[in-house]
Amino acid sequence: MFAYYLDLALRSLKRNKLLTVLMVLAIAIGIGASMTTLTVMHILSGDPLPGKSAHIFYPQVDPTPADWYNPRHPLEVMDDRSALDLWGAHRADRQALIVQSPVKVSAPGADRPPLMLTMLSTTSDFFPMFEVPFEYGAPWTPSEETGHARVAVISSDLNDKLFGGKNSVGKMLRLKDSDVRIVGVLKPWRPTPLFYDAEGGFTGNGYDTSYYAKPEDVFMPFQSALEVNDGNFFQMTCWGNGPSVPGHLQGSPCLWVGLWVELDSPAKVAGYRAFLKHYAEQQKTLGRFANADTRMLDLMRWLDHQQVIPKDVRLQTWLAFAFLAICLFNTVGLLLAKFLRRAGEIGVRRALGASRRAVFAQCLTEAGLIGFIGGVGGWLLTMVGLWLVRRQQTPYSDLVHMDAPMFFVTFVLAVAVSLLAGALPALRASRIAPALQLKTL
Amino acid sequence: MQIQPILAALKHHKLATFLIAMEIALACAVLCNAVFLIAGRLSAMHINSGVDEASLGAIVVTGFDPKRTADLNARMLAGLGAIPGVESVHAISSVPFGPQWGVDGMTLDQAGKKFGAVVEFYLGDPGTPKALGLKLVAGHLPSADDYQPSQGQDYFPASSRVLVTRALAEKLWPGENPLGKQFWAAKWQFRVIGVVANLSVSQYTENGEHGAEWCVFVPTQAGGQLAGTYLIRARPQDLDRVMVRARAAVAKIAPDVVLDYANSHSIPFLRARFFQTDRAMAGLLVGVIVAMLGVTAFGIVGLASFWVAQRRKQIGIRRALGATRGDILRYFQTENFLIVTFGIALGVVLAIGINLVLMKFFEVPRLPLWYLPVGAVALWLLGQLAVLVPALRAAAVPPVVATRSV
Repeated sequence: MFAYYLDLALRSLKRNKLLTVLMVLAIAIGIGASMTTLTVMHILSGDPLPGKSAHIFYPQVDPTPADWYNPRHPLEVMDDRSALDLWGAHRADRQALIVQSPVKVSAPGADRPPLMLTMLSTTSDFFPMFEVPFEYGAPWTPSEETGHARVAVISSDLNDKLFGGKNSVGKMLRLKDSDVRIVGVLKPWRPTPLFYDAEGGFTGNGYDTSYYAKPEDVFMPFQSALEVNDGNFFQMTCWGNGPSVPGHLQGSPCLWVGLWVELDSPAKVAGYRAFLKHYAEQQKTLGRFANADTRMLDLMRWLDHQQVIPKDVRLQTWLAFAFLAICLFNTVGLLLAKFLRRAGEIGVRRALGASRRAVFAQCLTEAGLIGFIGGVGGWLLTMVGLWLVRRQQTPYSDLVHMDAPMFFVTFVLAVAVSLLAGALPALRASRIAPALQLKTL
Repeated sequence: MQIQPILAALKHHKLATFLIAMEIALACAVLCNAVFLIAGRLSAMHINSGVDEASLGAIVVTGFDPKRTADLNARMLAGLGAIPGVESVHAISSVPFGPQWGVDGMTLDQAGKKFGAVVEFYLGDPGTPKALGLKLVAGHLPSADDYQPSQGQDYFPASSRVLVTRALAEKLWPGENPLGKQFWAAKWQFRVIGVVANLSVSQYTENGEHGAEWCVFVPTQAGGQLAGTYLIRARPQDLDRVMVRARAAVAKIAPDVVLDYANSHSIPFLRARFFQTDRAMAGLLVGVIVAMLGVTAFGIVGLASFWVAQRRKQIGIRRALGATRGDILRYFQTENFLIVTFGIALGVVLAIGINLVLMKFFEVPRLPLWYLPVGAVALWLLGQLAVLVPALRAAAVPPVVATRSV
């Protein structure tokens, strides 16, 4: 029966080519626009640590003084003393400190100009906690960390650039004025969004796209990195007189260090929250903190709180769906015209014994077919749309591709929209009274 | 033209009429808001940087020893100045649309209790205000004595005589004479000696567009913190060529530093890049508007064509009873006008609703009411244009149709 309806639908589509083209075009454009924005949203709002993100938390305390102008307690990062206190307590299953700084990098002996790259000063738990994949070598050990060892892990990009992609473990790297031994090389790694970086000043306004940048190229143990790259650290903000030496922030009244923790059970989460609160209260009693506000969001909530998805992208998605709604109304109107125009034909079918249900199914098949053809057009237009997005100079341009689920969604959405559009006209068509139509034939 | 018979006919097509009206309503709402968003983006792109953009460029280098900046500055200033076509080179902390250097909160009292604003500080060596092309509107430019050496690794001289923008003066001391006023940022003290017409921030701060011109120019001698960024002035027609040579020259002038290639460009280039997302968004909105109006017009064409075909016989009868072609044409035009009007009435409400949502979630200002009549006129025109072809076809139906197959 379906094959027969399909045949009827094809004949009907061929009969009025202009109307068919208009309907297919409307659906294709609507689907193209909404799928382009939906694909971008899908990529930007993905879970960077699937299966694990619910166990990753970002604790925050507020070390700023009472009279200090601060509209948003607590701010994104903390001072080094609070961060080191919390990190050193080792109350979580895993914990990692986070500081970014620009660093001058060269390979000793290599005949090429030095590079300015971003270095992440962190702690050894960072790699297992965030499931960072290694190509060669391994993270530095906790004992290397406490011994202020001059070791580093480098990105696969940097390894390609400096060592032609070969195993560079054991080779030396010149960071600013120090020689540092490479202990590990990462596989290509592109967490989207770059969830662990809270740097970049007062982010969280929804207009910052740096959350989709590439990860750092050099990773070093926290203390060693502070020594090697001394003078190149940037505060998010300071109070009082700020750091005594710019770029040297240890012990300064500045916010510049982030802390991530992994907590594997709800009991541990509750325990850590209590620990954090207790720490803040204690610091308040000591007079170091002015208020004991704390916050600890899990990874996905933190990303939401920081509004990592650019507002422009959200706006574009809404716009695209408003546009799809217009296309939907348009298609309903045109389908209504098309079906009712065939009132005579439908009357004959009904008179010959077709049930209302059969007429309804036939009309819906036709609508579905239009949706499918529109879906193919919509898919092509989505590819064009994504190509246009890739041409824009945003940090996430290179990430924008259609994956299998979105390809599938394109056709599901197209057929669903056309069936939705076809339901009302099909219902109208199936209600046609046969006698009335036969009389006018 | 009598409206009664048209309304009576539309009553028989309630659903189709309602659908077209809804489509018009949505189109009207989206059109008004999208045009408003485009206007917002375009006006943001016209921010006045206050400097002679066409004549200026920046060279930015990093990776130098902060204790040996005097040597770097001397080499860079001499080396870049020797490039043919360069009119002047100055050490500057940052340039409009370049990387941000110093944004800080400042207070109107020394104790730091009376918060003023979060502002951007520009440092520049002697002659920088002239090279930038800043327009003085009150007070005077810094004299030679006002350019103090920055103390070692400190951000600012302990006490500076500075220029502020008119916008910042209005914000801090509304209605007062800003000359001679003082303000503080942490331990540093500043006194206003001049007001310039415009000077924009390098990158938007937390104040957004509202604080786009909250800037302070601090006269400083090159060295200390003032190193690594150089303002190049050349004749506009020479600028691109000069910038290419300047970027290439850095490797010879200072082989041990790293050229920040991404930020070493002419100001027009940096400006174009700064507004790239706004331009892309405006382009996308224009694309959506065109596609949306196109789809709406096609919908009207399709449905009107259907109605014309359906009513061929009635049209023939009307023609046979003495209606002119004009009467038939006007019938369909009036019908379309009524449907579109109904749609616009809904659309206006919807447009205001959408604007309220945008205001809540996207910090969009309130939609000026005059957008609504303009949007309505646009849709009336669109409707009339779209219905013209089917209506003309209807008018061409010969009266003889009435006599066939009755």
